[in-house]
Amino acid sequence: MSELASPDVVPVPERGGTASVVVDSVTKVFNRGRPDEVTALSDVHLTVGDGEFVSLIGPSGCGKSTLLRLIADLIEPTTGTVTVAGKPAAQARRDQEYGIAFQQAGLFEWRTVRRNVELPLELRGMSRADRRARAERMLELVGLADFAGHYPGQLSGGMQQRVAIARALAVQPPLLLMDEPFGALDEMTRERLQSELLGICATTGTSAVFVTHSISEAVFLSDRVVVMSARPGRITASIEVRLPSRDEAGRQAPAYFEKITEVRQALRA
Amino acid sequence: MRRVLPPVLFGVLALGLWELFVTLGRVAPFILPAPSAIGAQILEQKQNIWDSALASGANALAGLIGGTLLAVLAALAASRSRFLGEVSIPFAAVVNALPIIALAPILNNMFESTSSVPRRLVTGIVVFFPVFLNLLRGLREVSPVHQELMRTYAASGWTFARKVRLPGALPHLFTGLRQASSLAVIAAVVAEYFGGLQDGLGARITSAAAFTAYPRAWAFVAGACLLGLTFYLVTLLLERLAMPWKQRLIS
Repeated sequence: MSELASPDVVPVPERGGTASVVVDSVTKVFNRGRPDEVTALSDVHLTVGDGEFVSLIGPSGCGKSTLLRLIADLIEPTTGTVTVAGKPAAQARRDQEYGIAFQQAGLFEWRTVRRNVELPLELRGMSRADRRARAERMLELVGLADFAGHYPGQLSGGMQQRVAIARALAVQPPLLLMDEPFGALDEMTRERLQSELLGICATTGTSAVFVTHSISEAVFLSDRVVVMSARPGRITASIEVRLPSRDEAGRQAPAYFEKITEVRQALRA
Repeated sequence: MRRVLPPVLFGVLALGLWELFVTLGRVAPFILPAPSAIGAQILEQKQNIWDSALASGANALAGLIGGTLLAVLAALAASRSRFLGEVSIPFAAVVNALPIIALAPILNNMFESTSSVPRRLVTGIVVFFPVFLNLLRGLREVSPVHQELMRTYAASGWTFARKVRLPGALPHLFTGLRQASSLAVIAAVVAEYFGGLQDGLGARITSAAAFTAYPRAWAFVAGACLLGLTFYLVTLLLERLAMPWKQRLIS
């Protein structure tokens, strides 16, 4: 944005500023003008700070996945603007300013684990040696360095999801978008991956937007839990979480249970 | 070993029962010759079986390769264009329902009697459809997650086709090829029943039957059977080589 921009333009934070994502007055209507018209999101405002971990939680149909897809520029808002890393969402997507992971790992079964992680780098035109080194580092980060040569079909669901996270991190994006990435995993695996994810975000300084329908998961992971409600999808509460620590002790802390209660009440409201 | 043994045992047992049935039941050789008689003919005719199998095999292979190449190109085109895709599937289904082998006499009349082209054409047409239909289905079945991922990578249409669509459709391609490889041999052999150049297994079978030399006809049928099996196994081998990630599943 230049200084010549007209004053009514929403100020966009500079790159490296304090906001990783700015969702401004966004409304999303599906099947507009048809009898099955649905307002998935209505007048949503959301700002995710640099390095902040934000969870979106709410009942199904509240538009949390829609909001994530808007940030990812997989769909476009009906009205309003989405800014990612200081750029319009479409530009941010083209520049691979974010990494994304879904509930399904979505690995390419014909590629080895390492080459799955390499794919986004390959499409960026990174040299073979560089992307190999980078992929191996990412796999180390998720504890799968020994499985680089395996095919996804040979891995368990939890391991596949870790590969998907390594792939999302491969371009070293400033932002990580996740749509219930641990939704299909058993409780033990889920808790282990949660801790791993937090460690990765802390060491890399990555911001995250994390969609979940598990209250405890949202509270444990997040700096802030954004509560949404359905029909039409909107944000009803934004709850700051400050746990003394994010480890086993954190899961036992009174603050953790207080926040769980607070989020639960916000969801009921 | 434990997986090979049962079918082999079963086969030997079945041949033994067949032999017993024919000798004890005094079944006339023109109705059903005994396996021993057929075996003797196979040994006696082995050079002829080999030569005619080579001729039929060459026809089947030419048709298989030509038909497959054409089918792959057509499927790629049909998967890229909505119109072609919508038109081609019902069209292919209708043509596939025709007994394509029935084209053999017509094609035979279109070429010289010394030409191998008609048999190869029939084989190529027979091969085309299973490969085309299966591959097209595979090319269209892209998982939504992969689609979204490639969009987040800002991948172009061509990159998407090369890195996701084609490798993702390989299993479907090979499903089609497995059907096509057996069909190719059948088509190459049976096309000779309707005239044209007579140097393959089909011609040998008809002429042996015409001379009421039934064990000999069966010997050539056995040759055709082995040829079909060879084609099928080579396709399976190619499939394993082309898709190392499926190795555990196929073996």
